[in-house]
Amino acid sequence: MPVELSPATASLAGGAPEGAADLLRQMWRIRLFENTVMDLFTRGLVRGSTHLCQGQEAVSVGACAALRPSDTMTCTYRGHGAVIAKGAPLDACFGEILGRAGGLCGGKGGSMHLTDVSVGALGSNAIVGAHLPISVGAALTSSYHGRGDVSVAIFGDGATNIGAFHESLNMASVWRLPVVFLIENNQYGEYSPLRSTTPIDRLADRAAGYGMPGEYVDGNDVVAVHAVMEAAVARARVGQGPTLIEADTYRQVGHSRSDPATYRPAGELDRWLARDPITLLSDAMRAGGAHPPPEDVEREAAAEVDAALRRAMDMPEPDPASRLRDVYGAAA
Amino acid sequence: MTQINYRKVIAVAIADAMRADPDVFLIGEDVGAAGGAFKTTAGLFEEFGPRRVRDTPISEQAIVGTAIGAAMTGLRPIAEIMFADFAGVCFDQLANQLAKYRYMTGGQVRLPVTVRMANGAGAGFAAQHSQPAENWFLNIPGLKIAVPGTVEDLYGLLRTAIADDDPVLVFEHKNLFALKGEVSADTLAIPLGKATVVREGTDVTIVAIQQMRHRAAEAADQLAAEGISATVIDPRTLVPFDDEAVADSLRRTHRLAVVQEAPHGGSWGASLVARMTADNFTLFDAPPLVIGADETPVPYSPGLEDAWLPSVSRIVSEVRKLVTW
Ligand SMILES: Cc1ncc(C[n+]2csc(CCOP(=O)(O)OP(=O)(O)O)c2C)c(N)n1
Ligand SMILES: [Mg+2]
Repeated sequence: MPVELSPATASLAGGAPEGAADLLRQMWRIRLFENTVMDLFTRGLVRGSTHLCQGQEAVSVGACAALRPSDTMTCTYRGHGAVIAKGAPLDACFGEILGRAGGLCGGKGGSMHLTDVSVGALGSNAIVGAHLPISVGAALTSSYHGRGDVSVAIFGDGATNIGAFHESLNMASVWRLPVVFLIENNQYGEYSPLRSTTPIDRLADRAAGYGMPGEYVDGNDVVAVHAVMEAAVARARVGQGPTLIEADTYRQVGHSRSDPATYRPAGELDRWLARDPITLLSDAMRAGGAHPPPEDVEREAAAEVDAALRRAMDMPEPDPASRLRDVYGAAA
Repeated sequence: MTQINYRKVIAVAIADAMRADPDVFLIGEDVGAAGGAFKTTAGLFEEFGPRRVRDTPISEQAIVGTAIGAAMTGLRPIAEIMFADFAGVCFDQLANQLAKYRYMTGGQVRLPVTVRMANGAGAGFAAQHSQPAENWFLNIPGLKIAVPGTVEDLYGLLRTAIADDDPVLVFEHKNLFALKGEVSADTLAIPLGKATVVREGTDVTIVAIQQMRHRAAEAADQLAAEGISATVIDPRTLVPFDDEAVADSLRRTHRLAVVQEAPHGGSWGASLVARMTADNFTLFDAPPLVIGADETPVPYSPGLEDAWLPSVSRIVSEVRKLVTW
C-alpha cells in the first residue's frame, strides 16, 4: 500500500502516516531475519562471513517503498535488508545464505550476493563501490527505451572514497540518467570511523562536484527516508537526472560476524539504540492511535520469519554437478 | 568483394550489428564524434547518433560497469577500452563483475557484453600502451577471449562476439591496422573456439595469433625453402581454445612450437604446451617450444622493441633446431 506523503518534508515528527504498519512490518521482517542469520552463524550452521544491518532497516525500507516493481536496485554485502525490502522471498534468502539449492542463487552466491532479478534486486556486491556503475547501466537501459524506470544504488559511507563512486556519479549526471545514489551512512567503514577516512562531515555535499542535488536525511526515520527518496525518484522518472542522498544511521552490530566492535566509544551504541528506527516508528504509531498495535505487527513478522527459516532448512543441498553450470550461457 | 583494411572493418562490423539489432550500442572514450582514437569507429556516430554511439568521460570502470548493468537489463553493449593496457584501471569490473556475475547469481542474468581493446606491441607506443594484455584474462572463467589476426577473422569474430550471450573480450591488434582483406558472406559468423589452419605441413606445428601469426607464416615460407614443412595454426580465440585442431596436427607432425608476443610466464602459449603434453604426451618427438618475448615490459626504442618481439629469423632458427632435435 503506497504511503501518502508530501515530498521531502514528511517525517515521523508529523506522526505515523497511513501505511506505517507496512513499513513497520518490513522493518521487523528484516530485523528478525538478521537476528536469525546471526544465530545461524554463531551456531556454526553457516560458513564464511556475514554483514548484518540491524539498526539500518529504515534506509532500505524507506527507499524501496518509493520504488515500483520495474525499478531496479543494487546493494552491498550488507544488503539482506535491501533485497528483502525490494521483494525477495524470505525463504529463498535464508536458503541462499544456508547454501541450499532453493536459495535465490542456487547456493552459488551466499550471504554477500543475494540477488533476485525477478523483483528488480539486481545484485549484492562484495567489492566496495563496484555496483554503482552497474546501476548506471540499468538506468541507461531505462533511458534507452524511454521506460521511465528508476535504478537505485545503495552503498556505505566508505564507498564514497572509491573511484567507481566518482566515475558513476559523473557519468550518470553527464547523461542525466534516472538513477538515485543512496549512501547508507552507518558511521563506520569496517573498523574505521568515517571522520578518520573522510575530510568532510556531510557526504551529500559531494553531489555538488557532479552537478546533481545532494540531500541529507535522518536514516532512522523511515518516513523521512521515504519522502526524500520519493522526490528523487520522481525527478529521475521525468528525466531530470540523478540525485545523491545521504541517510544517517548506525550499525548496531559489528562489521561482520567476527567483529565485537570494541572500537566504539562508550555510550555511542546506547545513544543510537535510543533512536532505533523500529522503536521510533512504533512509538509514533502508538501515539497516533488508529494503527494496528505495533506488537501485532512484530508477532506476525516473527511467525513469517520462523516459517521461512523452516522451509529453507528443508531445502536440499545443491547437486555438486551444479557447480559447473552458469559460468557461460552459450556453450564455451 | 571489396578490399578493406583491419582498421576500417571494425566500424563495418559494428554498423552491420547495429543495423541488425536495435539493442546493440557502443560506448567508450572518443568513439563517437571523433571516430575513435584509432579511427576504428569512424562514421558510426553520423549513422546512429548519440543515443547508440556514446562518448564517455575518461572512466573505464564506469564504461565497463555501465555495459554490465545495461546488458543485465536487456541491451547488447559494445564497450571500447582504448588501449588494452587500460584494462588495468577497470580490472575489477572485468574480473570480478563481468566474469562472475552470471555465476554468482545462479544464472539469473545474461551478459552479452563485447569489450573491444587495442592490443599489442610493435608500434612504438612504449610500455604502458603496448602490452599484449590477452594473457591477463586467461585465468578468469566466465570471460571469452577473441584474438583476430586477419580482416576476415576480425569482422567475423566481432559479429559473433556481439551476438553471443556471454562476455567476450575482443583484442584488436594495433600493428595490424593496415592489413588488407576481404569480407564476404562466409565471414559473417566465425564461431568462437574454431581454429584456422593457415598452412599445412608435416614436420612441425606452429601455433600463433595476431601479429605473430603473420611472422610464423613468413617463417614457414623460409623454412619450406630449406625443406622443412610447417603447419601454421591460428586458434583465433583463446577461450574457448580449439585444442583438437592442435592435437590433430600434432598427430602428423609430432613437434610443437608456439610463437607469441608475450613473455612465457602465465601465457596462453605456456598453457597450451602444458595441456598438449599432459593430454598427448606420447605424440611428441621433441620437447614443445614457446618462442616468446622477453620477461620485461615492452621497451620503446625501435631497436629495443624489435629485439623484444620474436622476429621471423628467430622463429626460423628456433623451429629449425626443434625439427632436428
Ligand atoms: C574494493 C574493496 N576494498 C575493501 C574491501 C573490504 N571491505 C569490506 S566492507 C568494507 C567497509 C566498507 O564500508 P562502507 O562502505 O561504509 O559500508 P558498510 O560496511 O559500513 O556498510 C571494506 C573496507 C572490499 N570488500 N572491497
Ligand atoms: Mg559504513
